[in-house]
Amino acid sequence: MDLLRFTTAGSVDDGKSTLIGRLLYDCKSIFEDQLEAVEASSKRRGDENVNLALLTDGLKAEREQGITIDVAYRYFATPKRKFIIADTPGHIQYTRNMVTGASTANLAIILIDARKGVIEQTKRHSFIANLLRIQHVVVCINKMDLVDYSQETYDQIVRDYQEFASRLDNIVEITPIPISALNGDNVVDPSKNMPWYQGPSLLYHLEHVYVGGEENHVDARFPVQWVIRPQSDEWHDFRGYAGRVAGGVFKPGDEVMVMPSGFQSKIREIHTADGPLEEAFAPQSVTLTLHDEIDISRGDMIVKKNNPPEVAQDLEAMICWFSNKPMQHRAKLILRQTTREMQAVVREVRYHVDINTLHKVEGIDGFAMNDIGRITLRTASPVIHDSYRRNRQTGSFILVDPGTNETVAAGMIV
Amino acid sequence: MPSYNLSHLDQLEAEAIFILRETAAQFQNPGLLFSAGKDSIVMAWIARKAFHPAKLPFPLVHVDTGHNFPETIQYRDEFAEKLGARLVVGSVQESIDKGRVVEEKGPDASRNRLQTTTLLDTIEEQQFDAVLGGGRRDEEKARAKERFFSHRDDFGQWDPKNQRPELWNLFNGRMHPGEHFRVFPLSNFTEMDIWMYMKREGIVLPSLYYAHERDTLVRNGTILAVSEFVQPREGEEVVNRRIRFRTMGDATITGAVESDADTMDKIIEEVAAARQTERGNRADDKRSETSMEDRKKEGYF
Repeated sequence: MDLLRFTTAGSVDDGKSTLIGRLLYDCKSIFEDQLEAVEASSKRRGDENVNLALLTDGLKAEREQGITIDVAYRYFATPKRKFIIADTPGHIQYTRNMVTGASTANLAIILIDARKGVIEQTKRHSFIANLLRIQHVVVCINKMDLVDYSQETYDQIVRDYQEFASRLDNIVEITPIPISALNGDNVVDPSKNMPWYQGPSLLYHLEHVYVGGEENHVDARFPVQWVIRPQSDEWHDFRGYAGRVAGGVFKPGDEVMVMPSGFQSKIREIHTADGPLEEAFAPQSVTLTLHDEIDISRGDMIVKKNNPPEVAQDLEAMICWFSNKPMQHRAKLILRQTTREMQAVVREVRYHVDINTLHKVEGIDGFAMNDIGRITLRTASPVIHDSYRRNRQTGSFILVDPGTNETVAAGMIV
Repeated sequence: MPSYNLSHLDQLEAEAIFILRETAAQFQNPGLLFSAGKDSIVMAWIARKAFHPAKLPFPLVHVDTGHNFPETIQYRDEFAEKLGARLVVGSVQESIDKGRVVEEKGPDASRNRLQTTTLLDTIEEQQFDAVLGGGRRDEEKARAKERFFSHRDDFGQWDPKNQRPELWNLFNGRMHPGEHFRVFPLSNFTEMDIWMYMKREGIVLPSLYYAHERDTLVRNGTILAVSEFVQPREGEEVVNRRIRFRTMGDATITGAVESDADTMDKIIEEVAAARQTERGNRADDKRSETSMEDRKKEGYF
């Protein structure tokens, strides 16, 4: 059984919570006592039917206000796959949550209300999915029951969406599906109400979509997390570098180089508690031992000699600002990337992106919460990296406010 | 082109190892909460792998309510010894004796809530700056939004509206003095994943998890084991039933289910067909619709 991580975005009214409730319910990931609790709540609120949305709206404040205010993670499984949903709210003020949910997803579900068609928020969600380099997008055209299951309406929305999406360069595959989350049409089983639709149901698509090509298996990257030195009699000379492969494939005998020192050695063994491995690839957590004793510590990166990453103190990046405290002019922040942390200063704001029109807006200094734009950064020590487009793990970073210790921005190196 | 796919269990294990190593690297003095429940057993098991061949760079921490089944305590001690791990025990009885907490009164009194004070006291005494817990996001709806690295303020409280966003593999463990973090390496495991993982790894659980015969009574719709701490009240009938436990908690509140599942395979079959979530049998969660959220805000684990 393998694993698919996907994100869902939608606004209060387009039925996102109902869709997720439906997937969980029909895949038997909801238990009797959860359902009973939801039935009781629905009754108290005076809802007519069992409100499947209540299954996913977790926190008190959300139930009171009827909105979803944070990223919530949901789980379900079919015999084919385990699924992790990062469920994010769709309001404009929650752009940062969508960015968070998208950062670990292989696939995004974008919901469109069939009565409204492609609207600003559809574009916003698609832009964020594209920015975070999600390669598979499923466009669920929901509430088909309210447009009499009209093929004409569906075709028009698909045309509108495809025209817009032709400007998004990272999305490899767009799959439109007409559904009714409320009635279950095309969610798990094919709909009897839309014989004109020959494609897969949503669940069938989620079970079968190929997402194996997302990890970078070309450029070998191993950020060192922790040095293992048992200093016991049995393991007297053991010195292992523990970490998670962030790209490429490592094998015993590989000629490697340690960044930033540039020292070279060969891999002796790929050690795990269950015995040595023939090879290690992303996203495995392993421990490497080398032939030579060289000085390596947390924050260093082990790479293949003939394929080094980039090293720079001046970076170009797209960022999304997360904090409700706006970014100051030439802000001094802490940058965390792979297993390194260092000081950084924002040298220049190049432009903001208006995520409704996708236009670049120049001449704005600083960032407010949920703003997205391009900056240049100067760091106190060299950043060992790849472009985000090439590698999501070595090309991403967060910015932390040294005063409050809060994570104030997420960044992708251009 | 070879295929570089990992099974979902391998991916979950790799993620948990990564989180455990980040915890060791980013904090000065972490501790791993160990209750001898299945989730904390899996967490400690994976921790052993994360630092192999070295020993765990942090101790196991048990908050003992004093109302534990003897099987639990025995398993805890043996497990810690097998891992070569240091064991720190915080005692609720001691908190009561010192007057730090007052035992709940009334027929349904439980020490569950008192654990929070003992835990926070233990954290302070031991100066832990990170406490690893076996919590999973699928357990309860308040946990669906929990972070891997969950920040707690000076009072040990959780503020669900002001959580740090977590992106990619980047975890921000920076904090001010007096604050600490709760870290949940198994966040993305479901109950089913835990069972499948234990089966794959050949993990043996405390005997309470497997079906056995025991004197029981039914209280507020929950089957409780008759013990030193649970005695029949008027109108309650003691019946010998074949039962097993789905979670490991206080003997006073942990409900049993009637079951014939006496092997790991049979338990997995039973879990797959289960119609009740595992916490559905914990009287502490039934107190109100948001009881878990309320307790978590106070510092419950």
